[in-house]
Amino acid sequence: MTAVAEKLMLPEPRGPAGRLSDFFWKHPHVLLTVLLAPPLLWLGVVYIGSLFALLLQSFFSIDDFSGLINYEFTFATYRQLLSETNLDIILRTVSMAATVTVASALIAFPIAYYAARYAQGKWKVLFYLGVMLPLWSSYLVKIYAWKLILAKEGILTWLFEKLHLLWLLDAWLSLPVVGGNSLSVSYTGTFIVFVYVWMPFMILPIQAALERVPTNLIEASSDLGGTPAQTFRHVLFPLALPGIVAGSIFTFSLTLGDYIIPQIIGSSRLFIGQAVYAQQGTAGNIPLAAAFTVVPIVIMGAYLWMAKRMGAFDAL
Amino acid sequence: MTAVLFDNVSRHFGAVRAVDGVNLEIAEGEFFAMLGPSGSGKTTCLRLMAGFEQPTGGHIEIFGETAEGVPPYRRSVNTVFQDYALFPHLSILDNVAYGLMVKGVGREERRRAAEDALAMVKLPGYGSRRPGQLSGGQRQRVALARALVNKPKVLLLDEPLGALDLKLREQMQEELKILQKSLGITFVFVTHDQGEALSMADRIAVFNDGRIQQLGSPEEVYKQPKTRFVADFVGSSNVLPAKLCQRLGVTSSFASLRPEAIVLSAPGDGALSLSGTVSAHSFLGAVTRVVVDVDGSRISVATPASLVVPKVGSPVTISFAADELHPMEDA
Repeated sequence: MTAVAEKLMLPEPRGPAGRLSDFFWKHPHVLLTVLLAPPLLWLGVVYIGSLFALLLQSFFSIDDFSGLINYEFTFATYRQLLSETNLDIILRTVSMAATVTVASALIAFPIAYYAARYAQGKWKVLFYLGVMLPLWSSYLVKIYAWKLILAKEGILTWLFEKLHLLWLLDAWLSLPVVGGNSLSVSYTGTFIVFVYVWMPFMILPIQAALERVPTNLIEASSDLGGTPAQTFRHVLFPLALPGIVAGSIFTFSLTLGDYIIPQIIGSSRLFIGQAVYAQQGTAGNIPLAAAFTVVPIVIMGAYLWMAKRMGAFDAL
Repeated sequence: MTAVLFDNVSRHFGAVRAVDGVNLEIAEGEFFAMLGPSGSGKTTCLRLMAGFEQPTGGHIEIFGETAEGVPPYRRSVNTVFQDYALFPHLSILDNVAYGLMVKGVGREERRRAAEDALAMVKLPGYGSRRPGQLSGGQRQRVALARALVNKPKVLLLDEPLGALDLKLREQMQEELKILQKSLGITFVFVTHDQGEALSMADRIAVFNDGRIQQLGSPEEVYKQPKTRFVADFVGSSNVLPAKLCQRLGVTSSFASLRPEAIVLSAPGDGALSLSGTVSAHSFLGAVTRVVVDVDGSRISVATPASLVVPKVGSPVTISFAADELHPMEDA
């Protein structure tokens, strides 16, 4: 009996590959360790480790005479960060990031809703193509294209003229803060381009979140007497919130860190990214540049904490 | 009073006729079952009552009021969904109180009503949990409480017991029946399980291909199936073909004969009989199913398991009372 039973099993593998398979089958933890070690090392040492090294720099200071870094622990750099000019930069960047995020969410939601609830087959493919296509072309080309669109001699001014709405554009541009000589040198222009460039990062997470909401929950709400507005407020929006938060993390943090868009389109006033660029480059003030990078991290941390308290991740 | 009236109602999806000329009248306080295989149109009929679908033809009334064109949130009809459709981000109490919340009932009042409803479905004190923390049977009860707390005129149940195991299903069948009698609410119940429909419903509509094949009490539908489809689908009746009908002196081209109406013995007074050979038997617990081959027609006979069953291949005579043979429409 035993002889027959043994023959039913295939013989033990002879080659090293076969023996390795057997070994991993017997010790699955070893396989997991082997697979995870390189990415964890990368994430832990190269990625987060170097970030911490950078943050550490923010507690050093720069010697005003020699321009050399003084490797002594100090809060002097942070005091410098909180000076009026630098606070102005932070405030400007954070307001821009917040406005861009809210506008992106408002524009993205209907698009994502259509894609998740109605688009099928060919239309779904077209949706993905439409959302992703801008990501395939060069970031710089897109921004310069926008500069031409928004310029005083650009297509947008021409369009407003043809529609006899030039007075509207001029009225907007004469407003304080958001206005300027033309759209391409105003905060409005910076805002439009930010919203355009980050839009896919807002649409895709919202679409993924909405796709996971079963249709029968919408029907159940309606069945229980919920009007479409109530269904949106009490069912659809709370369930889509993790997606909106995920998207806003992208749009918010990408806007906080970007230094190219405000440099090409907008007024000459600095954003955080530009300040970091200037401090670590021409000014050679690495500690202050490092202190500037701490700002987005702290803001994002606070933002996520608030989102969690608001229950944004309850439906995950 | 008529609770739900369907007057020649159709719902076509392009070329697909999901519901095709259905007429029904469900009385107030009735426990009504819509039985049929998947794709037979029973669920679409339920969705037409709830307002999730609008008819492409015909007329629907709920308690005498025209229902077509009225959105679900303005109908005093509530649904227990097949997979319960509980809101995952809300507590059990908020789930049950949802209907009252959207209608603007005060916080304290709706909390009390929701707790009463939870007690009614035997889940008192479960209010603070989340749907994900409950078992399938418990979720089913919450879905029931969430619908009933609104005091609907008609309660629609879409295969509500389909996901439960056998024991729980039998228990829920009994509870639903008792609940329906005590509340006096009209229940409309969709199922593909004929046993469930027979045991619970006051009346059954058997659906196939978007049409009602037969509408009647469980006994009528079971004992006197009007069409071949009903005979097959409800209670696995034998369908005797034309040549056997002729031999037995029945004029219609098909007749139904229930397995438990047949005995394996020589005919008594006033009984009809046929002879054939035993081709298979299977033990089903209380009864043994014997399949007898009569001139190429396979006829199943349910005999008490206590009787001795003839061997496969042996000749046998089957007999039955003449009034057990029911002529059927050709279908």
